[in-house]
Amino acid sequence: MGPQSISTILVSRLLQGILVVFVVISVVFLVSRLARNPVEYLTTDETTEEEKELLKEQLGLTGPIGIQYVKFLWDAVQLDLGNSFISARPALSEVSSRASKTLQLGASALIFSLVLGVPLGIIAALYRATPTDWVARFLAVLGQAIPNFWLGLILIFFFAVQLDLMPTGGSGGVEHLVLPTITLGLLASAISMRLTRSGMIDVMGTDFVRTARAKGLRESTVIWRHALRHALLPVATILGIQVGYMIAGTVIVEQVFAWPGIGRLMLHTILVGDFPVMIAGILVISTSIVVANILVDLSYPIIDPRIRAGAR
Amino acid sequence: MAARAVAAAPASLLRGVRLGGSWQRSLLLAPAVIILLAFLTAGIFADLLSAYDPEQIVLQERLIPPAFQDGGSIAHPLGTDNLGRDILARVMYGARVSLLVVVTCIPASALIGTLCGLLAGWRLGWWDRFLMRIVDVQLALPAILFALLISVVFGASLLNVILIIIIFSWSGYARLVRADVLSLREQEFVVAARASGASDRRILFRHVLPNIVNTIVIMATLDVPSVILIEAALSFLNIGVAPGTPSWGAMISEGRNFMTIAWWPIWMPGIAILLVSLTGNLFGDWLRDTLDPRLRNVR
Repeated sequence: MGPQSISTILVSRLLQGILVVFVVISVVFLVSRLARNPVEYLTTDETTEEEKELLKEQLGLTGPIGIQYVKFLWDAVQLDLGNSFISARPALSEVSSRASKTLQLGASALIFSLVLGVPLGIIAALYRATPTDWVARFLAVLGQAIPNFWLGLILIFFFAVQLDLMPTGGSGGVEHLVLPTITLGLLASAISMRLTRSGMIDVMGTDFVRTARAKGLRESTVIWRHALRHALLPVATILGIQVGYMIAGTVIVEQVFAWPGIGRLMLHTILVGDFPVMIAGILVISTSIVVANILVDLSYPIIDPRIRAGAR
Repeated sequence: MAARAVAAAPASLLRGVRLGGSWQRSLLLAPAVIILLAFLTAGIFADLLSAYDPEQIVLQERLIPPAFQDGGSIAHPLGTDNLGRDILARVMYGARVSLLVVVTCIPASALIGTLCGLLAGWRLGWWDRFLMRIVDVQLALPAILFALLISVVFGASLLNVILIIIIFSWSGYARLVRADVLSLREQEFVVAARASGASDRRILFRHVLPNIVNTIVIMATLDVPSVILIEAALSFLNIGVAPGTPSWGAMISEGRNFMTIAWWPIWMPGIAILLVSLTGNLFGDWLRDTLDPRLRNVR
């Protein structure tokens, strides 16, 4: 590979990403227009036909769907996704005002999953086929099997209602973040744990680890400096997918904990038929998933020196 | 080594299924088999086993605790919910909903995914690029948001849930099969078959597919718990089954408002989901270790 290859890859990944986001919002736009007329959500039985027609015109719902679609795309390119049917504020700013809350929750869940999953995976691998390993693996299977909405309710029941240690929901101080973080991050931590464990077991049997040991390096140096970096490659690879799962998870977790983020907004807007905000939300969500995946791809050379060497 | 594994693969589906492995494994598998049988029995025979209509509302019998707790009665072993409906009956009918989702979604998405994966991995070129872009789009649009949209546009129903799950899970099989086809197509026995003039269809279904079946079976098994969880999550958000239908997720959603005064309406369906999904995961892991020669050495 030549020196320009990284930027070539970046450009082609970006183009692919734009194509993906374009297809996503097109599908969402077209499906949403298949719906019963959005005006139906906003009016009562007593609204007259003339009023409905006027409303339709104001909302840009008149004319053939092809024209509507082209106009929608033209505006979307200029980052204008229309105004909310409900609040009349620009749809994109409705979404972005909620984004920081979701970002807080998502980031802390991601950190939680790595902080819990990776060390557990290392321990399980080092104490392989001992009771410690079985317990760690069983916990991981449990973490994968437990439905997050149920886990959230159970945590609220014990820690907020019975013990009164945490708030039952809403947002505010750090204490509001604890239970949603655990609920959202547990599945990801189970996956990280399993990947770290199997990666670690693989790498501990390789020649370079044997060499490092033969050099007389301390076991902790062998594990932390030499083995772990390799063992974490699969964890990093799946990070992009994990971000996608987490964003999907926020819809449920934000609902359970009344967390005022994008997920809760999406559920609400879709139920009341506020399509501009819905499309803006899906645009933001799919863009962040695409960006997360590109970032993960770009981070390989940092984690794995072999790729870096190959790229030079 | 690779060639031997490949040559042995068609037979290994049967040969691999012996109750091998350590005693710890068997210790875990015994309860797993029992839970699996209970789930299947409850799902298939719910109407014969249950003494109550799961949707029958008896307001005088609201929130009766389970039989083992004070105030409970043996008439309602797992208690009743906020509308006086028998929870045991609802859990059994809920198993039927989950089972229905499993037996429809998994074969359908495995079939579609396998065919697309074979096509993409064998033909390459345009088909391959097209398929992989669809996969990208699905990764960027979380299923739950699409499900929200569909439920608003077309209404909440079990059929819509099943269709959404199929739309979102076939691509996993497609990617897996494609990757396997890519590595198999260069194998000597495939090259030889092609050289001897076998048709594409014959090569794919006689030579390539038998070597991928194990992978598909493993993936399908591991998909059972995730499909059940998706249905439960959608029903929990009230965008899954139609209102009133006994689904585990919907039961938890309804019990939520009463959870401070009655624990059982959310615990009973929650434990049901947990047990079945745990079993599916354990069984899938065991199957992978037993059937997949590449992973057998890892443990």
